[in-house]
Amino acid sequence: MAPVTSPPDQAVKGRRRATGAAPDAAGLGRARATGFLVPGMVLILLFLVVPAAWTIYLGVTNYRLTGLAAANPEVVGLDNYTRALTDERFRSSLVLTLQFVLGSAVIGQAGLGFAIAYALRDRRGPLRRLVEGFVLLSWILPSSVVAFLWIALLDRDGGTLNALLGIPGTAWLLDHPMLSIIVFNTWRGTAFSMMLYAAALENVPRSHLETARLAGAGTWQQLRDVVFPRIRGHVLTNLLLISLWTFNDFAPFLITAGGPEQRSEILPVYVYKVALSGGELGFGAAISFVMLLINLVIALVYLRMLGRRKETA
Amino acid sequence: MSAITMRELTKVYPNGVRALDALDLEIADGEFFALLGPSGCGKTTLLRTIAGLETASGGRVHIGERDVTALPPGRRDVAMVFQDYALFPHMTVQDNIAYPLRIKKVDRRARADKAAETADELGLGALLQRRPGQLSGGQQQRVALARAMACHPQVFLLDEPLSNLDARLRLEARTFLKRLQRELGVTTVFVTHDQAEALALADRIAVMEGGRIRQVGTPTEVFRRPANTFVAGFIGSTPMNLVDAEVRDGELVVAGTRLPVPEGVQVTDGEKLTYGVRPEYLDHTAEPASGGLRGRVVVVENLGSFSLVSLDLQPADAPAGDTPGTSVQVVVPEGREPAPGDTGWVVPRPGRSLLYRDGELVTPTATPAVPAARTAAGAEQ
Repeated sequence: MAPVTSPPDQAVKGRRRATGAAPDAAGLGRARATGFLVPGMVLILLFLVVPAAWTIYLGVTNYRLTGLAAANPEVVGLDNYTRALTDERFRSSLVLTLQFVLGSAVIGQAGLGFAIAYALRDRRGPLRRLVEGFVLLSWILPSSVVAFLWIALLDRDGGTLNALLGIPGTAWLLDHPMLSIIVFNTWRGTAFSMMLYAAALENVPRSHLETARLAGAGTWQQLRDVVFPRIRGHVLTNLLLISLWTFNDFAPFLITAGGPEQRSEILPVYVYKVALSGGELGFGAAISFVMLLINLVIALVYLRMLGRRKETA
Repeated sequence: MSAITMRELTKVYPNGVRALDALDLEIADGEFFALLGPSGCGKTTLLRTIAGLETASGGRVHIGERDVTALPPGRRDVAMVFQDYALFPHMTVQDNIAYPLRIKKVDRRARADKAAETADELGLGALLQRRPGQLSGGQQQRVALARAMACHPQVFLLDEPLSNLDARLRLEARTFLKRLQRELGVTTVFVTHDQAEALALADRIAVMEGGRIRQVGTPTEVFRRPANTFVAGFIGSTPMNLVDAEVRDGELVVAGTRLPVPEGVQVTDGEKLTYGVRPEYLDHTAEPASGGLRGRVVVVENLGSFSLVSLDLQPADAPAGDTPGTSVQVVVPEGREPAPGDTGWVVPRPGRSLLYRDGELVTPTATPAVPAARTAAGAEQ
């Protein structure tokens, strides 16, 4: 019998050859594709690249909000940077920021978020929805509202927490300002990690966990051998995002205003105080640029770890 | 001693589904045992309950002398191979095989030795440093088997062991599995929805439906003497012909044809029964035959060395259309196929037809004279 299937080259001949004007899938062509891109690129340039470049420029001037230097800023070279790096207040602020990131993002949000996601992984129904609802609520409320709620919670006189614990007069915001904003930011940002990890845990095959259980693995061994290797990419991406967000977070200012005595003055608060309250725009811009560099380093470290994962996998 | 004994084992899921309904089952030491049934019959739940991955709602499970009903999976001394093999993608073949030993805190050197030894037994010796992603489906399955073997469990549990392999590899793996089980002699329970797989592999089969066991027996028993019409319809690559029959004057009337009542069956006149005979145990002739059912050939399916012929039964002594929808299938050897539209007769071989009353088998266990029946049938044609 003659073969009824067509020879392999016939099928290819019938297909339209992608040549010349439209090498792309949509068939737009280079010129029209560029046309679509231009508006977006212009907006990015205008509102992202130009301000960033402007900040770098300001960082090498003595530009001020008011006074003579506001009218005629002078280029002062790297003075702002040497001043920042030798400034005790900048260095302590940097240390506080790292504490804030480590405590509230890496340990607090990621840890608590994972714990909630793991605890709820097999649950469906009202309990899960209730917990998720509450956690999400803390995330979607506006910062100003949330800040007010936390001040009300932690207030020395008549604060909810003191009333609950029966210890009136404890000044949480004065005695433990860093702890307060770390707990606050953990509470505020856990939702994102929880949702991301909940989605990631769906990807862990049940049979893998059960294989580990049948071998006699306990919870920690299951996490180490099955869960974390599987969701490592999600963990790193999550840590990258929340580290950067937390590093640049300004909401703690609404609660402690960096005080008392600069004991909760993280870098975004410090920049705000220096540049806008103190009026030293040039110096503030220099610190902003240093922050940008630190963010870049954090991002590079995480991305490098992600890349290594792909090589080994 | 690692027989598995289940007593009144019941599993009710929180949503009210009764997956296992007071099951009693004994699986002998060293037996290769199949749990067979359509999807949703509870076979996988039963396997998982033996493993401890599901907790029984009632009843007991014993492995050997131990009551394991309340033990967590890790302490039951069982190993399971999952349908997707569940190999850890970030570990090498060696680490995968040695994983249960690692959990049991066996030192690194002993682990590596044991993994290498087990891998050699399964022909995986050259692949120890590969990762699961670099292996073929068959190799992955053998790694999963090696991981199960490495810690010498009392019981192997296999969940649909062949379903993830392509058709050709499946036959190969089937032979391999049966041989391996025989060599190891470890009590092995596997789940399958494929009756051919169960017949080929198992020493004994439990056919399940709706959380109950409908029949337990050797492949021969289950194939030749299905205990009820459910098993009759489920077992066999072509399901058994089940035709309504009525008792008249001490004889069976099947589609207008009078057939003798099998020996040892008590019947009363006017009683309605179900007459069952496998397509393999029917002979097709183009000439009228005594004790043959008359029908019109409607479909001929070529299956290689034989064809499966479907006939719509047309009783000789009744007007056409008297028993609408009654059709039988018959296996016809190659070269003797009728053409669609032909009239033909199918003659049941002696001793191979079964009677069911209310769905339950009533034909007593009289060992059919197999060779005699074959020659007789052959001589007729």
